[in-house]
Amino acid sequence: MDATLSGTADPALVSARKPAGRVSDPVFVGILWGSGIFVLILLGLIIAMLFEGGLPALQEFGISFLWSTTWNPVTEVFGAGVMVFGTIFSAVIAVIIALPLSFGIAFFLTEIAPGALRRPIGVAIQLLAAIPSIIYGMWGFFVIVPLMAAYVQPPLIDLLGPLPVIGALFQGPPLGAGMLTAGLIMAIMILPFITAMFVEVLESVPPMIKESAYGVGATTYEVYRNVSVPYGRTAMVGAVMLGLGRALGETMAVTFVIGNATRMSASLFAPGSTIASTIANEFPEAAPGSLKLQSLLELGFILFVISFIVLALSRLLVRSKLKG
Amino acid sequence: MSSLARRRATDYTVKVVSTLFAAVALLLLAWILWTLVIRGLPAMGPHVFTRITMPPGAGGGLLNAIVGSLIQIAIALVVGTPIGLMCGTFLAENGRNTQIGNAVRFVNDVLLSAPSILIGLFVYQILVMPFGGFSGWAGAAALAVIVIPVVVRTTEDMLNLVPIGLREAAFALGAPQWKVVTFVTWRAARAGIVTGILLAVARAAGETAPLLFTSLGNNSWSLDMNSPMASLPIAIYQYAASPFDDWVALAWAGALLITVGVLTLNILSRLVLAKMK
Repeated sequence: MDATLSGTADPALVSARKPAGRVSDPVFVGILWGSGIFVLILLGLIIAMLFEGGLPALQEFGISFLWSTTWNPVTEVFGAGVMVFGTIFSAVIAVIIALPLSFGIAFFLTEIAPGALRRPIGVAIQLLAAIPSIIYGMWGFFVIVPLMAAYVQPPLIDLLGPLPVIGALFQGPPLGAGMLTAGLIMAIMILPFITAMFVEVLESVPPMIKESAYGVGATTYEVYRNVSVPYGRTAMVGAVMLGLGRALGETMAVTFVIGNATRMSASLFAPGSTIASTIANEFPEAAPGSLKLQSLLELGFILFVISFIVLALSRLLVRSKLKG
Repeated sequence: MSSLARRRATDYTVKVVSTLFAAVALLLLAWILWTLVIRGLPAMGPHVFTRITMPPGAGGGLLNAIVGSLIQIAIALVVGTPIGLMCGTFLAENGRNTQIGNAVRFVNDVLLSAPSILIGLFVYQILVMPFGGFSGWAGAAALAVIVIPVVVRTTEDMLNLVPIGLREAAFALGAPQWKVVTFVTWRAARAGIVTGILLAVARAAGETAPLLFTSLGNNSWSLDMNSPMASLPIAIYQYAASPFDDWVALAWAGALLITVGVLTLNILSRLVLAKMK
């Protein structure tokens, strides 16, 4: 009883040992603690089950499973290389597209938009985050893919394809579906998350230091760039990491637009696959207990580890700043 | 002076570009909604709600998928809400500055953003493989894992808004913690907690990936929780990728339905939150 109550935050609450709750209170507090522990165990279980499920594949193919680029269901030889590459490549494209947009929109929402418009516009942009992933997938597949194939990719291939070095990014037929399209769709999906956290960070900048900068004659943009953004830099990096973490695990939208090829290519237009899209696509064809199923579970474990690291890092950066 | 002119020009340019970026984001939202309306509305009709999924050309609807989704979401809520509510309360009341509280908060944040397809894989391993098949129960369990972190987060946030003095006053009257929590703090934060549950419903309603290997989908009428169960997102996924025009049209109708529902829930909950803060 004493131990549980002394766990409460406020010292004033500790004196609450009163007869009315002699029996019921320990039960209630026990349920509260139990639920907290349950969530801890839940995450532990998820990690453990994915690890255990994928272990046979890791034992079969060895540690080179992580980077081997062979994925051949016929000969039953599997490796995660192509999917790990596709996952990171498409997520990085998404962040590269979303980042400047988020910087601009956050600037607009915190410094430019008239007070009465701030909230409605902010909410509308947040609604982009509420639209389910499968809707993005359909929209991307039926609307964006044909546009990319007809109007975006051919001129880029003609213009940039022949160039040395960066030309490698613009090779192949204009299929519409591929890495760039997947990155583009995911950019729209993670944009609201990054923007919302940017705005939150920028609003926590003490008005005094911004006013000091205005006082010496800085323009709005100069204050944003040289005062507000540097002030919130750590948390903003965390916000970007959160966007990256979300993009890494995105499934349905990517499955529709990435082309689902298990080949590796450096081209932005080449069809590819991510870990999540491969699991979604190939799971139905994997028999229980088969090596393929175990390889898919191992892919899941790898994705979990990557997302966990990125999300944990993001949280560390965001919390450290917002608390301080 | 020319340097001042240049700085002003830069400032102006950045302002224009930023405003354009915001306009682009709004246009994207409008574009997605517009696509849903022009493709989904013509496919809408009573048959969507009165007929079950049928072979292409047979004039089927989405009744079994809608009912399946509702059942799985309802069960997910019944399981997930109490756990989420209790855990959120634990974080706000008992675990505020404790190490275990911080650990739970961290884990919950990870669960909130973790790839949802992995939750499907996890449930496949603990409920589908050992019990011999895909089932509505497994789908509901996967959705419950989606629901829990959303409820935990909003509950904690909302309880943190309740002034500490309110709790102190109740404790000073000799109330035990369960009474303080249920009759004072929960009551004060009631609207916010309900909002969290609405957001959890919105989140669960659109999730496709966790259902792929749990409830699988079902093209016939079935309320049996022990066998595969249809759901709206899975039906949309299956139909959108099909080569049949009437199936694709039905997928758009379903997509419109889900999006309208999810956005309504989101706007509603934001209105409630705006009132509270």
